[in-house]
Amino acid sequence: MDRRQFVLALPALALAGCADQKSHAQAVYMLVDTSGTYAEEVGKAQIIVNYLLGSLNSGDSLAVARVRSRSFSEKDIIAKATFDGRPSQANAQKRAFRDEFEAFARNTRGSAYTDITGGLIQGAMFLNETGAGKKTILIFSDMQEELDKQTQRDFPIDLKNIRVVAVNVVKLKTDNIDPRRYMGRLEEWQKRVKGAGASEWLIVNDIEHLDRLLKT
Amino acid sequence: MTETSLWMIVPGNPGLSALILFVIAMPFLYAARKPVHALVHAIGHLAGGPLRLASKWLIAVAKEMRERNRQVLLAHGREETESHIAREFERIGALVRRDLEGYPALQRRLLDEITRVEEDYKKCGEVPPPPPEWVEAVDAVAKVKNGNELVQRVLEEINRSIKTIYERTLTEYREAYESRHEILNGFMPFWRSLQRTLSQADGHITSLNDKASQIDAQMDKYQEIVKKTDRAEHILTISALTQFGTSLLVLCIAAGGALINYKLIALPMSEMVGAGDYLTASLRTSDVAALVIIFVEATMGLFLMETLRITHLFPGIHNLSDVMRKRMMWFAFGLLVTLAGIEAALALMRDMLIADKAALLQSLSAATPQQAQGNGVLAGIPTAGQMLLGFILPFALAFVAIPLESFVNSARTVGGAALVLLARGAAFALRLVGNLVRSLARVVITLYDVVIVLPLLVERLVVKHKHADVLDHDEETLVARRH
Repeated sequence: MDRRQFVLALPALALAGCADQKSHAQAVYMLVDTSGTYAEEVGKAQIIVNYLLGSLNSGDSLAVARVRSRSFSEKDIIAKATFDGRPSQANAQKRAFRDEFEAFARNTRGSAYTDITGGLIQGAMFLNETGAGKKTILIFSDMQEELDKQTQRDFPIDLKNIRVVAVNVVKLKTDNIDPRRYMGRLEEWQKRVKGAGASEWLIVNDIEHLDRLLKT
Repeated sequence: MTETSLWMIVPGNPGLSALILFVIAMPFLYAARKPVHALVHAIGHLAGGPLRLASKWLIAVAKEMRERNRQVLLAHGREETESHIAREFERIGALVRRDLEGYPALQRRLLDEITRVEEDYKKCGEVPPPPPEWVEAVDAVAKVKNGNELVQRVLEEINRSIKTIYERTLTEYREAYESRHEILNGFMPFWRSLQRTLSQADGHITSLNDKASQIDAQMDKYQEIVKKTDRAEHILTISALTQFGTSLLVLCIAAGGALINYKLIALPMSEMVGAGDYLTASLRTSDVAALVIIFVEATMGLFLMETLRITHLFPGIHNLSDVMRKRMMWFAFGLLVTLAGIEAALALMRDMLIADKAALLQSLSAATPQQAQGNGVLAGIPTAGQMLLGFILPFALAFVAIPLESFVNSARTVGGAALVLLARGAAFALRLVGNLVRSLARVVITLYDVVIVLPLLVERLVVKHKHADVLDHDEETLVARRH
């Protein structure tokens, strides 16, 4: 490189040096509970997914996974995408994503047990791999975890720097009899999530306020 | 016992305690009067001196800056007036070449026409009819008194001949008049031509007079600048201020145009450079790329104006040879056209992206899809408008170079004047603070004396008594000496 080339390359180097190395992308992992009667709520999940597709920008990532009897598996991811930098391509990806989730919603079947913890571990792994600056796990569930005898989930999990938002936490019949069960369930989850290092724990029951789902 | 009550000599009575302490302290305060006065005085000087010095320095700096500003302003004004006068002379030269180059021909034509008119005028001079010499003969015959038939016949013959001659002469006279009228009629085109030619010459001379008066005004201004009068400085400063304000206003308008331009191309730029890259926490690379394109357009416009010699910001460009300058001009113009084309394309892409996004959001929303309103032509108007705007704005931005030059030129004067004002203001403030500090020192000294007024009164009485004793002693001594 002669002197002239070097002088010409200087502004480019300076600009590259100025570039913000921190990721400004957002990654969202949504767990959709398909166990028991909650599988009937999948229509609301569709609305939330559509909201996310409309709100996320180029460079952001989105994955939707189902919560089944055992959810710690890549096979449970229904659809995932990191949206292209070009807005036109990103829009095409969003359309494809919507179609995939619609197909899932049409054919969904309820599972016997509910492994939310497994889904959380899987979601945290996915989000950490994206390298996004803002990471969020949405749990579309009644937050009633039920595991079979063989499944082991009673160990500490790592949710460092991840926001966890419980969405559409419906009340069970037993909650109606004794509301303390509902409160206690949510408190227990909050304690567990915060204990795992999550940056925020939030409950959004009204789907009219979906703007709280994503951190701006 | 609390900490606050330690000083209390009389417990539970702070007033009395303070009074006792004050009385105890008073002799010490009196004893320390002179050193305390000197200390306060010195502190006043210590603080006030440098402030006054700084104030003086600032005034000197302001004076120097003002003088320098004046020199720069006058030099700039002189240069500007010189170029203005030179330009007026060039215009007059062109006017003279265009209008008065043919003045000799015009003069010749005028002389020819005048000569011709004179000749014609001479031709139409009235020719008096020949004198009737035979009238005298008739008179002589008529004086014959006898009624001679011969005489009567002669007279009748003469009468007949006279009538014949008279009719002939009258006819000739009328014919002569007719020919003169014809000649006079023939004058008209020459008169008109003369009038037109003279009006034309008058118009040229008037416009030359106007130009001359303009040059006179410029010359007066130039002379005042050369003499470095205050009036010239004042006029130039006012002119610079006006120029500064006007150019700033135009630059603000241009900034608005640049903002609209930025809005037009920022979104589609993300399609080219990606929307996920950030330079800072809130600054996307695509936004910066859009800004860079606008800046490049403005720069190309600047170069175009420079190469066209409309602005004079870069002496390097002006010193280029004409061939090189023209090449550069075409290069800048070509780049500008290319960038304008790119902008038009980006504006189209923006419209498409927005439409795509809207369609996506509509399909994602739960509401049933709405029918598109309006026909294709109406829907195409905003797109065409955006494309046109995208193409025109770069060229409009190119003209920013002109107010920019005015801004740069006048900013030196305005900035210099503002600095002088600032320096003077700071000097005044420092001087004020310095004087306040010195006055405060005097107030503190007086207050100190007020506090120790009792010992001072005692001192005064003692001094007075001593003085009286000395006087008595002196008087006694004087009396003793006398005796």
